[in-house]
Amino acid sequence: MSARGGRAMRLRGLVRKEFLQILRDPSSIAIAFVLPVALLLLFGYGLSLDVDHVPIALVVEQPSADSAEFTASFEGSRYFSPRRMSDMGAATQALLEGSVDAIVHLRGDFAARERSAGGAAVQVIVNGVDANNSRLVEGYLDGALSTWLLRRTAAQGLDPPIPVRIEHRVWYNPDLRSRNFLVPGLVVVIMTLTGALLTAMVMAREWERGTMEALLVTPVAAGEILVGKLVPYFILGIGGMLLSVAMARWLFGVPLVGSFWLLLATSSVFLLVALGMGLLISSVAKSQYVAGQVALITTFLPAFLLSGMIFEIGNMPAVVRAITHLFAARYFVSIVTTLFLAGDIWSVVVPNTLALALMALIFLGLTWRRARKRLE
Amino acid sequence: MLGRILALMKKEFLAVLKDARSRVLLVVPPMIQLLVFGYAATYDLKHVPYAIYNEDRGALSRELEADLRGSTYFREAVRISSNDQIAPLVDGREVLLVIHIGPRFGRDLASGRPAPLQLIVDGRNSNTALVAVGYVRQIVSRFSNAWSEAHGLPRAPVRLETRAWFNPNLESRWFFLPGIIGILTLLITMLLTGLTVAREREQGTFDQLLVTPLRPFEVLAGKALPGFIIGLIEATVIASVAVLWFRIPLLGNIGTLYLGLALFLLSAVGMGLMISALAATQQQGLLGAFLFMVPAVILSGFATPIANMPAAVRLLTYIDPLRYFLVVLRKLFLEGVPASILVHELWPMALIGAVSLSLAAWLFRARMV
Repeated sequence: MSARGGRAMRLRGLVRKEFLQILRDPSSIAIAFVLPVALLLLFGYGLSLDVDHVPIALVVEQPSADSAEFTASFEGSRYFSPRRMSDMGAATQALLEGSVDAIVHLRGDFAARERSAGGAAVQVIVNGVDANNSRLVEGYLDGALSTWLLRRTAAQGLDPPIPVRIEHRVWYNPDLRSRNFLVPGLVVVIMTLTGALLTAMVMAREWERGTMEALLVTPVAAGEILVGKLVPYFILGIGGMLLSVAMARWLFGVPLVGSFWLLLATSSVFLLVALGMGLLISSVAKSQYVAGQVALITTFLPAFLLSGMIFEIGNMPAVVRAITHLFAARYFVSIVTTLFLAGDIWSVVVPNTLALALMALIFLGLTWRRARKRLE
Repeated sequence: MLGRILALMKKEFLAVLKDARSRVLLVVPPMIQLLVFGYAATYDLKHVPYAIYNEDRGALSRELEADLRGSTYFREAVRISSNDQIAPLVDGREVLLVIHIGPRFGRDLASGRPAPLQLIVDGRNSNTALVAVGYVRQIVSRFSNAWSEAHGLPRAPVRLETRAWFNPNLESRWFFLPGIIGILTLLITMLLTGLTVAREREQGTFDQLLVTPLRPFEVLAGKALPGFIIGLIEATVIASVAVLWFRIPLLGNIGTLYLGLALFLLSAVGMGLMISALAATQQQGLLGAFLFMVPAVILSGFATPIANMPAAVRLLTYIDPLRYFLVVLRKLFLEGVPASILVHELWPMALIGAVSLSLAAWLFRARMV
C-alpha cells in the first residue's frame, strides 16, 4: 500500500473514531445545535436598544388648553407612556424608585409665558444613571417638542423658527432597528462559545485519561490526530452556524444583503480559529479543570465586550484597541454585520478574513507543535 | 462541627491555591479584565470619523464647519468634493458619517427659510448612529440658536431645560463600571465553584468525602465558604480599583454595599455549587457554568435595559442574581440611595442563595447513588 493511501486510511479511521465518540456522548451534539438555537432565541428577543414607551412623569401645575395641547404631543407618541403626577414631590419619588425615567414639569405660568416674547421654559429631569438611555430619551423629548412646534407654527401660517433643518439618512439600517446589528453580533458570540466549548476539553480529557499517549504510540502522526479531531467538530460547528444564520434571517428578520456563499466561506475560516483556539487551550492546559477555566475567561466576555458587537472599537483607547486585535470575534463581527446589512464590501471582508486566516494558522500550528513535542 | 468545617475549608483553599496556574488564574485575569473592559464598555463616542461635503463654500457654511471641527466628538477623516466619493467611504467604514451642506445653505439661511443640512450615517450599529446624530444635532442647534439671537428672530415659544440627575454629564462609563464589578465577581465565583464538585466526583475523592463523618451541611459549608471569602476579597479589590482608578463616585453606604455583595455571593456560590453537584463529569460542569454564566450576564440589564425585553424573557431574568446585584451596585454607587429602596433587590438574592445552596447539599447525596 502506498504511503498516501495509508495516510488517507488512518485519517478516515481517526475521523470515524471521533464521530463515534461524539455520537456516544451526545453533549457535543447538544453544544453544536441546541446551544446556538437556545441562546440565539433567548438573546435575539432579549437584547434590544430600541427605546419605546418610556415611562415619564408629567407634572402640570396649572392645566389649561395650551398645556393640554402641549402634553398631547407626548401622550400621542409611541416613545412615551406618560403618567400624570400631582406635584414634583411624587414625581421625584417615582424617579428615585426607578418607576419613571424622566420628569416633564410645566410650571404654573406656562400658558402666560408661552405667549410672551421670551417663551416658556419646560423643566425636564432625566435619571442619568443609564446615560445612553437618558440621551435617547432626551432626543425623543426634543423630537416631540419639534413636532409640536411645527404643527403650531403651521396652524398659525408662520415659518417655523428653525434656521437649520437636519435631514438624516441612515444607510444599511434605515429603521434603526437595534436587532439588525445585535443579532449578527450575537451569532458571532455564540459561535465563539460553541467552537471553544466543543474542543477546549477534548484534548485535555484525552491527556488526562492517558488515551492521547495510547494514540501517539500508534503510527499516526501528530498532524493527522489534529485533522482527525478538527474535521468532525468543524462539520458540527458549520451546522450550528447555518442554523443561527437561518434564524437571524427568517426568525429575526435581519436582511442578508451580501452573498450567502461569502458568509459561509468566512464563517468556515472563523470556525477554524474558534476550534483551533479550543484545541490550543486544551493542549496547553494539563487538566480539564484549568482548560475549562481558561476557556471561560478567554471566550465569552472578550467576544461580548471587545468585538465591537455592542461597544464601538474605534472609541477605545489605543492600548485596548490593540488588545481587541487578539480576539477573532473582532474581525468576524465586522465581516458579519457588513455582509448582513451592507453587502459584499471587499474592503471590509478581505482584510478581516486574512486576519482570521492568520490566526487559524497560528493556533493550529502551535497546537500541532505541542502535540509533537509531547510525543518526543 | 466547626473544626470539621474548618478542616474541609483548609483543604479547599489548598486545592485552589496550591497549583500555581490556578493561583494566577485567580489574580491576574480579573485585574486585566477590569482595566480593559472598563475602558472598552461605553456608548459615548469620541473622535467619530466624518467627512464634510460642502457645496456652498460661503461664509455661513464655513462657520458651521468650524463648529464641527472644534468639537472633540468628531474627527474629520477626509474632505470630499463630489457625491460619488460618499458611498465608498461609508461602505469601507472609513467614516461613520457624512455631512452634506447643499449649495443653497447660505442663501436659505439668510432669507429666513429653514436651511437643509443632510446627514448620511452608517447604520450598521444603530445605537452608534443614533448617538452620532444626537451629537450633530447638539452642535447644529447651538449654531441655530446663535444665529436666531444674532438676527433678532423670534424665539421658540417653548424650550426644554434638561438636567440629568446622578450623572450630570451623561457619562455611560459610570453606568457600565458598576456592571463590570458585578460581572467579574460572578465570573470568579463560577470559576471557583462551578467545577469543584464535578472534578472531585470524576476523581472519586468526593465519594470518599461523603463516607467521612461529615454531614452534607458541613460539606456544603466547607465548599461554599472558600468561594465566598475569595469572592469577597476580589470584589473589594475590583471595586476599589473602579473608584480609585476610574474615579466613579461611590455615594452610598459601604455597609449596604457589603450586605448586597454578601447576598449576591451567596446566590452565586449556590448556583455554582448546584451546577457542579448536578454534573457527572467536568465537561458537563463546564457546560453548565457556561449555560448559566452567559445568559446571566447578557440578560442582566448590563448592556441593554431589561425594560426592553419581551415579557417571557423578562420573567426568566427574575432567577438571575446578577440582575438584582447590578441595580444594587448602580443605585449605591451613583445615586447613593438608602437600603430601604433596595429591599426588593436584596430579598430575591437571599432567596436564590437559600434555594440553590439547599439543592446543592441535597444533590451531594442524591447524585452519589
